[in-house]
Amino acid sequence: MRLKSKDLISTEDLSRDEIELLISTAESFKEISERDIKKVPTLRGRTIINLFYESSTRTRTSFEIAAKRMSADAINISTSSSSVVKGETLRDTAKNLEAMNPDCLVVRHSSSGTPNILAKYLRCSVINAGDGAHEHPSQALLDLFTVREAKGRIEGLKVAIVGDITNSRVARSNIHALGKMGAEVRVVGPPTMIPMDIDSMGCSVFHDLKDAIVDVDVIIMLRIQMERQKAPSFPSVREYSALYGLDGKKLEKAPKDVVILHPGPINRGVEITPEVADGPCSLILDQVKNGIAMRMAIFYLLIGGAREEG
Amino acid sequence: MKRLVIKNGRVIDPSGGLDGLYDLYIYEGKVASLRPSGGSLEADEDWDVLDAKKMLVLPGLIDIHTHLRDPGYEYKETIATGTMAAAAGGFTSIVCMANTNPVNDNGSVTRYILNRASEVGKVNVFPVGAATRGLNGEMISEMGELRDSGCVAVSDDGMPIIDGGLMRKVLEYSSVFDMPVISHCEDPCIVSDGVMNEGSTSTRLGLKGIPRAAEEAMVARDIVLAELTRGRLHIAHISTRGSVELVRTAKDKGLSITTEVTPHHCTLTDDSVVGYNTNAKMNPPLRDEDDIEAILQGLKDKTIDCIATDHAPHSSIEKDLEFDRAANGVVGLETALSLTLRLVDRGFLGLSEAIERVTVGPATVLGLEKGTLKVGADADITIVDKDREWIVDSNLFFSKGRNTPFEGWSMKGKVVKTIVKGKVVYSEE
Repeated sequence: MRLKSKDLISTEDLSRDEIELLISTAESFKEISERDIKKVPTLRGRTIINLFYESSTRTRTSFEIAAKRMSADAINISTSSSSVVKGETLRDTAKNLEAMNPDCLVVRHSSSGTPNILAKYLRCSVINAGDGAHEHPSQALLDLFTVREAKGRIEGLKVAIVGDITNSRVARSNIHALGKMGAEVRVVGPPTMIPMDIDSMGCSVFHDLKDAIVDVDVIIMLRIQMERQKAPSFPSVREYSALYGLDGKKLEKAPKDVVILHPGPINRGVEITPEVADGPCSLILDQVKNGIAMRMAIFYLLIGGAREEG
Repeated sequence: MKRLVIKNGRVIDPSGGLDGLYDLYIYEGKVASLRPSGGSLEADEDWDVLDAKKMLVLPGLIDIHTHLRDPGYEYKETIATGTMAAAAGGFTSIVCMANTNPVNDNGSVTRYILNRASEVGKVNVFPVGAATRGLNGEMISEMGELRDSGCVAVSDDGMPIIDGGLMRKVLEYSSVFDMPVISHCEDPCIVSDGVMNEGSTSTRLGLKGIPRAAEEAMVARDIVLAELTRGRLHIAHISTRGSVELVRTAKDKGLSITTEVTPHHCTLTDDSVVGYNTNAKMNPPLRDEDDIEAILQGLKDKTIDCIATDHAPHSSIEKDLEFDRAANGVVGLETALSLTLRLVDRGFLGLSEAIERVTVGPATVLGLEKGTLKVGADADITIVDKDREWIVDSNLFFSKGRNTPFEGWSMKGKVVKTIVKGKVVYSEE
């Protein structure tokens, strides 16, 4: 089995079977990173370009390590502003890179929809590494992988996603992916951080964190991104932390076996306290570890031997 | 072609309540007479005959909301290409907005536009002057000079006037010159960094939403300011149910307020944005089915006075970009008539009603002596094959703009000939 599309743009476009396939493939690749020699020849001769228009440490490194452990050649381009300043358009940059004949372009961009547009221009595979407030599918897939590892299933779980849902691509990718896998998703935040008609994506809305987590299996905390706020959606970090930050006291309301995820980088003391981030419920570092396996799986299923030519 | 007779066509002239088979006689650029078809031609052999059998013969269409981009943005459109697009779309008169470079906020720019239009233009061009100097929303423009130079209205279209006190002055001062104020109603503070209609689609696409309230708040403000000043307010391109209701209430009160809607806001919802289609990006944004229903009702009951294209040509430089960075606006001159007839086909408007909304309707809004086939009127005439089907191919547009959301659409109704002051300015093939 393989993925239907040449690209991975969104979890919205994935079927349940495809998500299952990605998770099981990631599971089988995880062991490679535990080896002494952490490299397999699977993608030897393949070229992967990481094109990052937005700064990123974790995601870019994760894609790069995933590519290298599969023996692909990975090239990193951080054009946070360089090409834009020179006046080159997205399309021109993409076409120029394609002329160098890569097999895969991993793109992060601050504008929603950029990977959709690139995928239309380009013959090579396009992987969305985060576009504006749209989607961040590899993050959601690694989150599902991590949750399933911890809980043994996804179907029937109750998951709370807490924070600035309006500006969060991680939230959107998780809402779609978790929903397809049969989890019940609730989003939590002040109304200024909940986008219009979010319930049409199949989730419920909570404004009180304690009410929202009382019976959940999973809590996904989102990073508060001050840089994405034209007009801040909350009066102060202090008040946000008091109402929506996850601390030991609020966590007592949740079931004992709850697990906590965070896509990183965490703002200690803002949306999550150190005691919770470093505590026994936290899967934050498992996410990072699983991220490499998931991205290896994504590369493999898009440009590995499993892909048919043509 | 000094004397022309258009024979055997179905003449529809809503200004005179006319709908029937007539021969239309044109002499020296004016409508000379209308006679029931079937009569023999006068003995005089000098008449050129144009057979319009099975065709609609209409007063030339009028678009009171066009961006010609000239001077300043000639790579997007020129007065030559824009008026040619108008002629091909059946428009014989267009009203062009002031957001050129330099801005049309003084007589010399107005005169440039009019001179250029008389040199290279295909159709009648009526300029709109800026309501504030430089469209900067700080100081009222020299409306006396603009009027004397040939402007028919004032507007800061594209740049809503944020300062309500200034808008009051604009409404007051313009009334001296009997020039309507065309208001682009969108409160930029509420729009914030929104790029499409706010709703489930914007949420799913992760694009910042523009709530209906951004438009309605300013429509409401401008209506109460018009009431205060007794100014002459025309609200451009309304897009929401709430705006239709606000205008309806204002009209019921007897205020001198008019409004328009674009063909695309009558036809498309924000679903058109899916796939991050920048040719579905415009201000105000495409809304949803409920808004379309209210707009069509408003168009039917004359709450909305006319259809206007908001023809906004852009080049690929502005459109072939990330969605949130792409320019707002779509071209409309060459698809407007077919989209108007589509409303007839779908049963929302009668044929004569639809023609009214693109002829005498818009003429009345701006007080233009156009949009009629009465004897003595300028012979501005559009001949249409109502049943002709065609496919929209933007490469065939006369406009320089290719930014249409209707690419590939199957349309019905095609302009066969466009006549301005008795002269054929567009002929199919």
